[in-house]
Amino acid sequence: MAVYKLKTPISEEEIRKLNVNDVLYVSGTMVTARDQAHRRALEYFKQEKPLPINLEGLAVFHCGPIMKKEGEKWFVVAAGPTTSTRMDIFEDEFIKSFKVRVIIGKGGMGNRTTEAMAKYGAVYGAFTGGAAILAAKAIKSVKSVEWLDLGMPEAMWILEVEEFGPLTVAIDSHGNNLFEDVKRKVEENRQKIYQKFGLSP
Amino acid sequence: METVNIVENVAFNLLKQAVIYLPEDVKQALQKAYAEETSEAGKTQLKAILDNVELAEKYQAPICQDTGTIIFYVKAGAEAKNLDKIEEALIKATRRATVEVPLRPNSVNPFTQKNSGDNTGRLIPYVNWEIVLGDSIELTVMPKGGGSENVCISGMLVPGEGIKGLKKFVVDAVLKAGAKPCPPNILGVGIGGGSDIAMKIAKKALLRPLNVPNSDPEIARLEKEILEAVNMTGIGPMGLGGKTTVLGVNINYAYRHPASYPAAVAFNCWAARRATARIGADRKVEYLTHKVE
Repeated sequence: MAVYKLKTPISEEEIRKLNVNDVLYVSGTMVTARDQAHRRALEYFKQEKPLPINLEGLAVFHCGPIMKKEGEKWFVVAAGPTTSTRMDIFEDEFIKSFKVRVIIGKGGMGNRTTEAMAKYGAVYGAFTGGAAILAAKAIKSVKSVEWLDLGMPEAMWILEVEEFGPLTVAIDSHGNNLFEDVKRKVEENRQKIYQKFGLSP
Repeated sequence: METVNIVENVAFNLLKQAVIYLPEDVKQALQKAYAEETSEAGKTQLKAILDNVELAEKYQAPICQDTGTIIFYVKAGAEAKNLDKIEEALIKATRRATVEVPLRPNSVNPFTQKNSGDNTGRLIPYVNWEIVLGDSIELTVMPKGGGSENVCISGMLVPGEGIKGLKKFVVDAVLKAGAKPCPPNILGVGIGGGSDIAMKIAKKALLRPLNVPNSDPEIARLEKEILEAVNMTGIGPMGLGGKTTVLGVNINYAYRHPASYPAAVAFNCWAARRATARIGADRKVEYLTHKVE
């Protein structure tokens, strides 16, 4: 297990050094995107419409934050990760289209995303679900908010972060998926539990 | 002050305390889990959880950005006054907490998909009523996170399989939920009554503190056994592997129809938030789970 501190924009070369179980801290620009922002970004790409920000080399955070506006400025109140599997249907296209290097969320992602990460060079960093203040404290400022018409949780928040983490690298760019490894072990344990407690499968 | 204003104030305080401070028993269980966890990734997650709990207290901010669906449990003394005004007071408190704490607006019309923006809407906040002896009102709030709600499950088991069938049902529910409900979780298990009743009492079981054993020693043993079984899954903190998948199992039951064996598992995430206060007929307020100045 190694600890990496990377600054955006992150290059493909840098991201390929990471392996599952490594711990990653990200500094620089991070954008939030949930279901609706993913959908809209891909629609824009299809229509060759530019996004509000160039996402190449950046980190994308699956997060619906609580924000507060004071005067003209937005402040982060709480910003923990949301369940990433919902974004599985978009993420391979998203990585391919926008060359983002780090996807941050909770719960892990599936095969399509794992394959895209191996092909285009990106990792999935698992941030502790619910650790909203830990996340908020690493967010130094809100640079802007785009697509606020989608609602506060679904909007695209463009954030300046400093040592955002700890992120457990759970999918690396070499086809490894820690969540899938755990799932396999858990499946083996299922039989042991059934046996020990006399439960018929 | 009018009783209804007191109820609103107390409910506001409870909401605020609940989303910022984890109950002491949950905190202790997480600390114990951190000390005992052997998986590296699991330990990193538990450390982040504990750091986050501390930061939330320090900065007076919600522990988790998902401040949940707001659910109240009200034990209303049969002789208490103004009971008809309580729901209105709870709605007002929820609106105020949404702005002032703040809470994330989490109440969406299921047809139009429009978010009400203030955590209220038809039947939300949901109020569970119980009439009890006396003249005081006990208020409990449970801000219930969506991630753990999404894996709650109920089923009609085969009566002939009895407790064995129940154990398998719970183990399978945990295996199926995996990383999704933000483990380590607390499980409320409801048995009997009917399909709706099983889930209702399962969720209510989540209110029992982790350090309070079941009053029935037989059921307490069953809770322990199920806890051991689900922690053998290896799912671990946040599903990254480890021996802490569940912090506690709380069972609640009702008698069942001879032909039915309803069962339900209500999951709570590690941010298992709840807060309780009692309002006396003399309008004296006693906070039972949190210190309020």
